[in-house]
Amino acid sequence: MFDTSELVINMGPQHPSTHGVLRVILRLDGERVVASDVVIGYLHRGIEKLSEHRDWSQIVALTDRMDYVAAATNNLGYCETVEKLMSLEVPKRAQYIRTILAELQRIASHLLWLATHAIDLGAMTVFLYCFRERELILDLFEEYCGARLTYNSMRIGGLPYDLPVGWDRKVREFCRIQEAKLVEYEELLTHNRIWLERTRDVGVISAADAIAIGLCGPPLRGSGVSRDVRKDEPYAAYADFEFDIPIGSRGDTYDRYLLRLEEFYQSIRIIRQALDGLPEGPIMAKVPRVIKPPAGETYHAIESPKGELGYFIAADGRSTSPYRFRVRPPSFCNLQALPRLIKGHLVADVVALIGTIDIVLGEVDR
Amino acid sequence: MIETVLIPLIKVITVFIAVLAAVAYMTLLERKVVAWVQSRLGPMRVGPHGVLQPIADAFKLLVKEDITPSQVDRGVYTAAPIILIVTALVVFAVIPFGGETVWFGRKISLSVADINVGLLYIVSVSSLGVYGIILGGWASNSKWPLLSSLRASAQLVSYEVAVTMILVSVILTAGTLNMAEIVRAQLHAGLWFVFVQPVAFVIFFIGGLAETNRSPFDLPEAEQELVGGFHTEYSGMRFAFFMLAEYANMIVVSSVATTLFLGGWLRPFPNVAALSLLGLVPGWIWFSLKVFGLLYVFLWVRATLPRYRYDQLMRLGWKVLIPLAIANLIVSAAVKVLV
Amino acid sequence: MGEAIAFYVLSALILGFAILVITTRNTVHSVLFLVLTFLFVAALYVLLSAEFLAVIQVLVYAGGIVVLYLFVVMLVNLKRPPEAYQDAHRQTWLGLILGGVVLAELAAIFTYSLVGTTTAATATAAAPEAIGGNVERVGWLLYTDYLIPFEVASMLLLVAMVGAIVLAKREL
Repeated sequence: MFDTSELVINMGPQHPSTHGVLRVILRLDGERVVASDVVIGYLHRGIEKLSEHRDWSQIVALTDRMDYVAAATNNLGYCETVEKLMSLEVPKRAQYIRTILAELQRIASHLLWLATHAIDLGAMTVFLYCFRERELILDLFEEYCGARLTYNSMRIGGLPYDLPVGWDRKVREFCRIQEAKLVEYEELLTHNRIWLERTRDVGVISAADAIAIGLCGPPLRGSGVSRDVRKDEPYAAYADFEFDIPIGSRGDTYDRYLLRLEEFYQSIRIIRQALDGLPEGPIMAKVPRVIKPPAGETYHAIESPKGELGYFIAADGRSTSPYRFRVRPPSFCNLQALPRLIKGHLVADVVALIGTIDIVLGEVDR
Repeated sequence: MIETVLIPLIKVITVFIAVLAAVAYMTLLERKVVAWVQSRLGPMRVGPHGVLQPIADAFKLLVKEDITPSQVDRGVYTAAPIILIVTALVVFAVIPFGGETVWFGRKISLSVADINVGLLYIVSVSSLGVYGIILGGWASNSKWPLLSSLRASAQLVSYEVAVTMILVSVILTAGTLNMAEIVRAQLHAGLWFVFVQPVAFVIFFIGGLAETNRSPFDLPEAEQELVGGFHTEYSGMRFAFFMLAEYANMIVVSSVATTLFLGGWLRPFPNVAALSLLGLVPGWIWFSLKVFGLLYVFLWVRATLPRYRYDQLMRLGWKVLIPLAIANLIVSAAVKVLV
Repeated sequence: MGEAIAFYVLSALILGFAILVITTRNTVHSVLFLVLTFLFVAALYVLLSAEFLAVIQVLVYAGGIVVLYLFVVMLVNLKRPPEAYQDAHRQTWLGLILGGVVLAELAAIFTYSLVGTTTAATATAAAPEAIGGNVERVGWLLYTDYLIPFEVASMLLLVAMVGAIVLAKREL
């Protein structure tokens, strides 16, 4: 009777809700997404290739720029991988401080995630509340290493600086503030009917699908698969601490939201334990002035706030640069789920689903 | 001569200026209130605490270059914002800002026109406002803004049904369509109608949020929306008109809600003689206080709640609000007959 | 005197816009002129002291029905069908015939109303006189004398609504 046609629409790369320069091409039937295509590469800066021409210590500054929302985590993953290649033993105190920094980054990353997810769905106030708390973390980091976003805060073998005087007291104060504010965020969102309607049963991934696609981090745990590198293959000082891994059950956006919210509390728990048990000692292992790992290759993964962040490094034993430096970014792998996630949903859900995967384009494109 | 021309003229000018000033300062109020909720300060630079911000904004918009895209339908492009703002402002002709007062020995009622079908007039003029949105989207001469504007107008039309049913229940309770008489009915009943018809008030307010395209029903004009809304192709003063019309509509909804449910110009407890000291405050000040109270709730809701998806919004309007409004109507009718 | 001037001005505007409705090329403009026509008809009602009818005219006709016309016109790209260009005179003949029929009908009504004034039913005029006001009178008439047509009209609307939903739903 009537001639209907599908509409092809382009979202991005410049768009308030794509969390970076992401381009999604949607094919719509009315309001429903029939098929989609994700185009990336707008933020490719050649970090992996650049690393082949940098010293091992210089690469730490490059890794900051990948997941720029939680930069210290990238530093940690890289340093640990090289230490694994060199079979270096990092002092206990450095491990503990590294853990504290990594967990502070987890909180900072989740704050940004919550802020952007909420404002995508219309809750403007949560955006500003989360950024208010994130400022506190950025201040802590500024006091520690001098930078607010790209920290260069770890070295191969340990840390560049010891903690400033009074820093641990400030971190404890931050934990106290953050716990109080989390109650505020939950009051605004968790039982809000509109929030529930926008996130319940939206973007459901089954556990089998999640494993098949290769998801990691909160999207995987939200579908019920218990996999966290901190528990399964402990690194830094995580083996010394008690913490829980929140697991979802339905695999929808609401579960992933609750999961990440619970990870806030667990991170605060880890930070407090680390501060309580912080040992004295050196912060840097005995490392030669020019770092030259023996020939070989290794892969090491850590649990970044977005998922499993892995580094594969191949050294040829002779030069002061890696032969091959390859990053396994969690956002890149999780982004593969996007076309399957948004199929069948309405256009207005697309922004919610991009937000729930929690991607950072710096990591996706490198 | 004085009765038929001068006094109405003075009333019209006063109301016009008051409403335009209110609309302009609503823009500032919105930015300030939403900012305070979000632990920041809002505009602070222009004038003390940003008080002159609306004037600066108005000036900027006036001197902006008037860009008309080449492929649009000239007449419709210009008419759309005009329709919106005219239908919003014209409603104020029947809103009673105060009771009968005596000025210079003459008895005048503080509403510009006191017509017998005041409430219906308001509803009919508001329903004409839909054209502004439809034509605004059509004038953009591209498919997606058009579809977006049609969606927005479908939202408006749907919530109009629920709101009109609520108004019928209020008419039942008050027994008249005349706005001033409705306020007097509340005086005789001794109770504001919000206590007699609480469900009606809530539904009216929610419907008002949807009618004015305010959060949580503002998907058609949200920045996170995939494609531009109905005012994509507008800039400068015409865009300002769209925004002014939205605020004017908010003030209309608040004024109507105040008149129908919150006792209009009556002071609290109008029949309690002990509080007659409150009667020293003129009626229009009570009216303004109540209207601003409701406007504050509009802003509060915007700062707090996430926004509904379009299909959830329509489902709420058709499957929840309209049945509730009909039920309210039946119950009011039953109570009116039996009591 | 003022009434007469108002009446003639309004009628001229109504006729003018009605002619524009049928002569404009652009369909959307045509619909918009229709809205204006309805608005001026409402003004005419006000002139006849039928305020209720005026407001209902704006609310239902201009603010409801024509909005839906506009939806359809905008969504469906209407162009003149090719047959219209072939025989330019066919439409003119049809128009003249139909116009003649309507004119005859108007003349009949006019003469009948002049002749039948005395036999106009005054019985129904008795009850509403006691109730003042426009709205009350219309309401009284609707619910006493014209109750059956009122109920039938609401049934008609219900059928239309159900039909629209059935046509538009994807799966039933």
